[in-house]
Amino acid sequence: MNTAILVLIVMTLIGLCFGLILAYANKRFAVEVNPLIHIVEDILPKGQCGACGYAGCQAYAEAVVINGDVAPNLCIPGKKVIADQVATLTGKVAPEVEPRIAHVRCSGGHSKAVKNYEYKGVHDCVAASLLQGGPKGCQNGCLGLGTCVKNCPFDAMTMSEEGLPIIDPKKCTGCGKCETVCPKHVMQMVPIGAAVTVNCNSKDKGAVARKLCTVSCIGCGICSKNCPHGAIKIENNLAIVDSSICLQKCNERTCVAKCPTGAIATN
Amino acid sequence: MEQYFTIFISAVVVNNFVLTRFLGLCIFFGVSKNLNASVGMGMAVTSVMTLSSMLAWAMHHFVLVRFHLEFLTTAVFVLLIASFVQLLEMIIKKQAPALYNMWGIYLLLIATNCVVLGVPLINADNGYSFSMSAVHAIGSGLGFALAIILMASLREKLRLADVPKPLEGLGIAFILAGMLALAFLGFSGMIAL
Repeated sequence: MNTAILVLIVMTLIGLCFGLILAYANKRFAVEVNPLIHIVEDILPKGQCGACGYAGCQAYAEAVVINGDVAPNLCIPGKKVIADQVATLTGKVAPEVEPRIAHVRCSGGHSKAVKNYEYKGVHDCVAASLLQGGPKGCQNGCLGLGTCVKNCPFDAMTMSEEGLPIIDPKKCTGCGKCETVCPKHVMQMVPIGAAVTVNCNSKDKGAVARKLCTVSCIGCGICSKNCPHGAIKIENNLAIVDSSICLQKCNERTCVAKCPTGAIATN
Repeated sequence: MEQYFTIFISAVVVNNFVLTRFLGLCIFFGVSKNLNASVGMGMAVTSVMTLSSMLAWAMHHFVLVRFHLEFLTTAVFVLLIASFVQLLEMIIKKQAPALYNMWGIYLLLIATNCVVLGVPLINADNGYSFSMSAVHAIGSGLGFALAIILMASLREKLRLADVPKPLEGLGIAFILAGMLALAFLGFSGMIAL
């Protein structure tokens, strides 16, 4: 009986003692944090993708609240909605955020592109590209080992049977992580709703490109000659579409119809 | 002096907390994915363990033994360590923000960890003196750091290896930990305590 009471007293005293110490320390060592930082952090998407240029969502929230020069529209996955909210909270003016989506500039899968050798090494595009530029004959094509898929912070990418990444437009936020990790620069951010895209990244001359892959852009220039708005130009044997012109003016899609290899496609 | 040395070596390698006693496995697997994080965790565990062992020794010696309440040791130590870690976190946050940014997040992970509780309990069971407790705690902390840093270095290399699909991630990590533990078994018998 005595022990029980003693236990009760000792435990209560110890608990009380620790509680008091913690309560005192909480006041004594309180660090004042601007509450706005937490509010801003809460509305950010928490993908921790780093597209804003900061180490994560918390780091960006801190920077945008404390530093007056940090723009409120840096969060690309958040798009305009988040940019507007951050701008109102921090009292800044939000410039436009152009909504973007990832685009694969290669359609030469296993069945369409020539291979120089069979690659059996580390399952990573960067590693493969160190060996003679990778197994693919086309030096600018997708290596298909899924470095972009592994690095996508929003799980928006999968690898197809053909060895090309597929983007889930519902999940892709256009953060651009895949663009930075791809050693072949196959991934590119395009405006959402871009009417026409070039699904090739080959910079080889026409004859070479045609030999290496059946669906390559051979730089023939038919698309650019036939485009009534001058939205397509050829650079390094590769067609480049200016989607800002294309989006506003065009609904004929002559380029797609005339392309001999099918490298240009409507979305 | 010799005794301290024996306690220290025994805690670091022979009775390594992770690889021979199998304590603290949750942080051992959770934070060993990259080297930097594991170094931070090792440092945090070592310092928290040492300080809390000293406090726990005082608590055990001056309160529990005096009132003959040794059977309460576990409960009191849990309370003590959890409160102490919180206190430490507050102090570091205020006094050394740079240090807090470096390993502040690891501190709270330790608050309810079995390694940190295990060391004071073993100290109390073995009837170690204050300085012996401290040496034992430092040794255990360094042993933990050694194990987690070894593991993190191996797992960083492993990321590039061609691991069979079903074993990817934790599966291969467990196998690796088993092999490390076998290697550490070689130390047993080096020192008899």
